[in-house]
Amino acid sequence: MSTDYARISRDGLWDNNVVFAQMLALCPTLAVTGTATNGLGMGLATTAVLTVSNILISAIRKLVSPDVRIPVYVVVIATLVTLVDMALNAWVHQLYKVLGLFIALIVVNCAILGRAESFASKNAVLPSAVDGLMMGLGFTAALVALGGVREILGSGTLFAQAHLLLGESFAFLEMTIIPGYKGYLLMILPPGGFLALGFLLAGKRVLDRRRTERAARLVAEPSVA
Amino acid sequence: MNLEALRGKLTYQAALLGAFALLTSGALALASKVTSPAIEAATAEDLKQSLTQVLPGQYDNDLSKDTLALPGPDGDVTVYRARKGSQVVAVVFRVQGRGYAGPVVSMMGVGRDGHILGVRVISHKETPGLGDKIEPAKDKWIFAFDGKSLGEPPSDKFAVRKDGGVFDQFAGATITPRAVVNSVKGGLEFFGREKARLLDEAVQDGQ
Repeated sequence: MSTDYARISRDGLWDNNVVFAQMLALCPTLAVTGTATNGLGMGLATTAVLTVSNILISAIRKLVSPDVRIPVYVVVIATLVTLVDMALNAWVHQLYKVLGLFIALIVVNCAILGRAESFASKNAVLPSAVDGLMMGLGFTAALVALGGVREILGSGTLFAQAHLLLGESFAFLEMTIIPGYKGYLLMILPPGGFLALGFLLAGKRVLDRRRTERAARLVAEPSVA
Repeated sequence: MNLEALRGKLTYQAALLGAFALLTSGALALASKVTSPAIEAATAEDLKQSLTQVLPGQYDNDLSKDTLALPGPDGDVTVYRARKGSQVVAVVFRVQGRGYAGPVVSMMGVGRDGHILGVRVISHKETPGLGDKIEPAKDKWIFAFDGKSLGEPPSDKFAVRKDGGVFDQFAGATITPRAVVNSVKGGLEFFGREKARLLDEAVQDGQ
């Protein structure tokens, strides 16, 4: 059986995006995206956990009885998250101080159990790894987009404190988009998360509809050229 | 033996769950052993940073080792003592007030003569953009405490302006600065009450 990696990637990044299409993992999504940097950090940590959990779950899928699969998956995912939490605390302590609160949240991210159940438990290791990676990157992109919108509107900056996350060499990412901006508190607070998410979702719908309409038109009237 | 048939057996399932519990807890125990020295070092570094921020003066001992536990305004307070030679020149301790969205915890340093050397808020959940001006990165407000002591300003003036005191509040946020001011005042009163013990070089924890 051949595996369509392009399909898996497109699903993860856009068509079946965790946040914008599956509407999963909204709790961490809304909670951490006050800035684009926080969104990026949360997204990358989740991507790591998701990829490794997909690989492990896929590797053990033949061993695990369907009747006890959920407890086994939960134990594996919880262990992975705890390992990430300890590793960050020990070796990237500055970042841990920013993200520490949210790392534990990854364990309740239903997207991870969702991918374990709906993809990794039915597919071979390599496709599962690709699926985890792409779903994670799609999630990261969604969080950065949402965080970026909220940060620009809320505080007039973009990627503030990125050097804490990525190291000093990435300090160039830190931009002041609107100089002398007083800030718009609503966007930083939770309601801003809901508002920005709503507009982004609507935007994706519009893009998707245009794409299907264009495809339909191309089929209806074959190219004149 | 056929794995398909085996997977349906109750004993297999129980053994599987047990094996996973054992494997994962083993992995966690190992990881905890590997990371705990680094985590402890990082936590100690955090403590040292918050201590030195409120202690601009000179001292020559390891603060985090020279501690006293005394009953304070809200439960036992760990007091870190800075010495020069053998004399205690300053003490640093935590105080806590109730803010708008939860406790506002600060570290304050008090000199031997009772003057505040510095105050820093170390954790809070106040509203971003309104209450978070208590952070030195956002506003200079927290430096207003430097050099103040009990009686200067007088006790009834040691409050935010809205309560008839000398400390500014922020537009749109009175509860947050009030929490900090009151907790600092509580800290100074604690210092006044326990002064004898705090500054007595002979008193040591565990002696």
